Amino acid sequence: MERKELTELEDLRWKLRGDALDMVFNGKTGHLGGDFSVLDAMLVLYFRHLNMSPEQRDDKNRDRFLLSKGHAVEAFYAVLAAAGFIDVKEVIGTYAKNGSPYIGHPNRGIPGIEMNTGSLGHGLPIACGMALAAKMDGLSYRTYCFMGDGELAEGSVWEGAMSGSNFELDNLCGLIDRNRLQISGDTEAVMKLDSQAERWKAFGWHVIEVDGHDLEALDDAFSEAEATKGAPTMIIANTVKGYGSPLMENKAGWHHQVPNAEQYEQIKAELKARAEEVRHG
Amino acid sequence: MANLANRAVIADVLMKRAASDRDIVVLCSDSRGSAALDPFYETYPEQAVEVGIAEQDLVGMAAGLARCGKKAVAVSPASFLATRSFEQARVDCAYSDTNVTLVGISGGVSYGELGMTHQSAQDIAALAAVPNMRVYLPSDQHQTRKLMNALLDDEKCAYVRVGRSVVPDVYADDDCPFELDHANVLREGSDVALIATGELVHACLEAAKALEAEGVSTTVVDMYCVKPLDVEAVLRAARGAKVVLTAEEAAPFGGLGSMVAQVVGETCPRPVKTLALPDAPVKTGTKAQIFERYGLDAAGIAKSAGELLAKA
Repeated sequence: MERKELTELEDLRWKLRGDALDMVFNGKTGHLGGDFSVLDAMLVLYFRHLNMSPEQRDDKNRDRFLLSKGHAVEAFYAVLAAAGFIDVKEVIGTYAKNGSPYIGHPNRGIPGIEMNTGSLGHGLPIACGMALAAKMDGLSYRTYCFMGDGELAEGSVWEGAMSGSNFELDNLCGLIDRNRLQISGDTEAVMKLDSQAERWKAFGWHVIEVDGHDLEALDDAFSEAEATKGAPTMIIANTVKGYGSPLMENKAGWHHQVPNAEQYEQIKAELKARAEEVRHG
Repeated sequence: MANLANRAVIADVLMKRAASDRDIVVLCSDSRGSAALDPFYETYPEQAVEVGIAEQDLVGMAAGLARCGKKAVAVSPASFLATRSFEQARVDCAYSDTNVTLVGISGGVSYGELGMTHQSAQDIAALAAVPNMRVYLPSDQHQTRKLMNALLDDEKCAYVRVGRSVVPDVYADDDCPFELDHANVLREGSDVALIATGELVHACLEAAKALEAEGVSTTVVDMYCVKPLDVEAVLRAARGAKVVLTAEEAAPFGGLGSMVAQVVGETCPRPVKTLALPDAPVKTGTKAQIFERYGLDAAGIAKSAGELLAKA
């Protein structure tokens, strides 16, 4: 990635967190902790790898993206807006309000969203079907599926894991947002999830572990996945829940807490400080 | 035409249609033999997917394939397809509006000897409750053929439930009127209206003959389309009769009987009796033995109709 582009993405990642914050604050609902942990990976995917733009919405050969951890929809809306699919002001103004199309989980009524997701564990089998369709049709598009780590307790994830390798879906790339916290607390206290790399390798996947907030490392991981043949790739992105806001970082309560006015101002200030770090090097 | 089980008719339709439509994709969960789909898998391996014993994956993958332009047909025993993968049916098929046809084979009490794990008594109630999900129980091979062709021609999701064995014809090769989502009135009478779905339509026809012999004038409606229910057909049948009975190879709550009672009660109140399997594990037996035990054979249906009419 060139320096200029990296700087632009570095800048954008704080702006988009601010957009997600505005959605949650105005809508009085949402999942900021997971928004902030997964956002950097979504940003790199959309701006560096995903062959999908508003003009390609009906292109059969467009890349497919599924946000299986659908509760991070505010991050999804922010990225879709930055990519030109939707208007961020409209989202912030109407998110979760009475009758709004901007629901608290992804839905196909919104330009750029492929499937209605949010019930955890559904994404990977659907993604397998999409990737298999590409193979059947001899199309080159790739399919991406982002999951949460708490989601990995769902058995259907592992059914999809079997299919991904069984059908040799090297056009499929999964990503685990490994922020180590779920609604009830530490993932290891809820249901042990460590050794994910070994588990996916045992299921026949190519596995890449990466710092989920290192934009260049994420960029390299998606490139490595594209170059991997014969097996699907799972990127385990080690992340921080609430990343970018010391108020929220690594606190399970911020899974779905809505900030009050004072907290909102504090988080805004924290994000602004991070953005200024980028601008001033 | 040779007598084929409804599942075999579906397999035959898929074979014929796949020859000219490469977007048809069939998925099975270690169920291709039961589905009579071995020939399809041998003839069209590029359009056939085996996921192993994994119904959630089956339906999720079908939805993913459908979203990318395929006509996905997921075939698995009704008991597992309808309830193990219920959420995938609800969300990935119905809510996401994907072109997936779910075919539940060996439905109802086809596996009467195998216990409740392998019987699908709740599938109608479960799937009919889902917005945008259609629920069909064809009554014989001719209707099954027309239904399956119609579903391959549209782009919405549906659940089709069929049994395991050959069933008696309700229609003939050259006389099977079919309009999607419109019930067929098989005979008209003025005392009793029998509204049935699936394999109990034929039993109701036999019951109607017995009732006629006793001077009871009987309507029989083939409500293969449980969802969307043909409300007009229900009301026409109910208005023309003194009592209404429904018959279905399913649990007694939430299925055809509940839906008909709701419609009749709201619009033209009449006594309505639901003939169905019990709200309990079904006692072991062949399908015929089970139907007899629970009053779902022709004699039982006629007896219930006579009793209800006598009280009216």
